[in-house]
Order: sequence, then structure tokens, then C-alpha cells
Amino acid sequence: MEAVMFYVLAAITLISAIFVVFLRRPVHNVVFMIVTMIGLAGLFLLLHAEFVAMVQLIVYAGAVMVLFLFVIMLLNLETVNPAQDARAARMWVGALLSLGFLVLMGPVLKMIFPSGPTVGAAAFQPGMSNTEIVARELFTTYLLPFEIVSVLLLAAIIGTVIVSRKRSG
Amino acid sequence: MVTLQHYLFLSAVLFTLGVAGVMIRRNLIVILMSLELMLNAVNLSFIAFAKYLDSIEGQIFVLFIMVVAAAEVAVGLAIGVAVFRQRGTVDVNDINLMKW
Repeated sequence: MEAVMFYVLAAITLISAIFVVFLRRPVHNVVFMIVTMIGLAGLFLLLHAEFVAMVQLIVYAGAVMVLFLFVIMLLNLETVNPAQDARAARMWVGALLSLGFLVLMGPVLKMIFPSGPTVGAAAFQPGMSNTEIVARELFTTYLLPFEIVSVLLLAAIIGTVIVSRKRSG
Repeated sequence: MVTLQHYLFLSAVLFTLGVAGVMIRRNLIVILMSLELMLNAVNLSFIAFAKYLDSIEGQIFVLFIMVVAAAEVAVGLAIGVAVFRQRGTVDVNDINLMKW
């Protein structure tokens, strides 16, 4: 059952990721990116990371992708920029290089874990939800990084507003 | 039986697709999207490691990666909008003022 779920979700994720990279129109790319995000959220659920799965759905599929869509609508790319992607030579170089990268990664992955280690249970006690465990870690051990990240978000907000505001001159 | 290998391989393929997108596509927004794809591939391997090595740290790390990715997308898209206002295009072949 778990294996079937994994293969279905992996297929959804991979196929829509291929569409993200190779479809011409940016709007289609965004739509398939959302499908990829949903597939990944399903995989996270399968890995018993319920909180992260929900954050993935809300933040990525919800907020980030809507931001992408919003900018595409704002720029109105369909009329201004009719998809001048991929001169043939560059496309083949890119495809070959990334395939080489994949081939390079294969033995590295095999080397780290020759046979998959067994599933433990200590971090996944019964009676404690995943959200509870994550929250406990986040607000005790990782409290300082958590606070620093809020400063990072503030900096990003200010930077975004300043960079994208209309110059009056 | 789904092992760690399966997840790592899926993650590697997703990451490679992201790399291919960055190298093949010339649209600034699609390149940013491919970056997101790579970050998500890394997230997947973090979560898989968290499960199979039986520790919660991977999931915490993924939350931080998501925050950084959201900040990166916001700033990147703002830069994209600013560039579009200046040059009237988001094709990275035409945005080469600081390249050479």
C-alpha cells in the first residue's frame, strides 16, 4: 500500500516537474508547479511529516505560487515576450550537463547508504502528534534560529518594497 | 517496501530537473521557479532522512528552508519587476548589463 502510494505520488511529482521545466508558457509552468507541490505534500504525509506537509500546501502551493502568478499577470508576458526560449545548441548543452549531474549523483547516493537503514520510532512516539514534536523542538532547541528567521523575513519585506516601488524621477 | 534510496533518487531527479530548468530556460520567472524546484527536492531528502534516521531535526530544517525560499522568491520577483520596468523584458539573454 505504501509502495503504491509512493510510486503514484512520485509519478505525479516527476511528470509535473518535467512540465514545469519544458512547457513554453509561464502560466502553465506555474500551474504544474502547484501540482508538483501537492505531490510533494503527499510524499511528506507518507513520511509522517504532517505539519511540514500542511505548511507546504499553504505556503508553497498557496502563497508562493500565487505570488508567481501575480507577477506574471503584472508583467503581461504573453504579449510582450512571446517565449523566445532555448536556442537548440544551448538546450542540448543544458540537457547533457544536467544528465551528467544526475549520473554523478547516483554513486554518491549509493555510497552513503548501501542498503536503506531501518525505520526507528523514537522521534515518532505514539500519543504525540507531529506538530507537537516540531513545535517543542522549534521553541526550545531552535528558538534562536527561529527569531533570526523573523528578522530575515522583515529584511525581505523591506527589500521587496524598496526594490519594486515606482521611482518618481 | 519503500526505502530511503527511493526517496533520495526521486529527490535527485527532481533536483536535476531544476538544474536543467535553470540552464535551458531563459525566462527570469521560470528560472526562479526551477530554483524553487531544487529547494523542494532538497526538502524532500531532508524529510526522508528525518524519517529513516529517526530524528526530527530534518523537519525543523525544512521549515527554515521554506522561510528562506519564500524570502528569496519575494525579493527575486521584486527584482524581476524592477528589471522589467527598466528594460521591458525578463529574458536573461537581454539582461546583460552587468555580465561582461
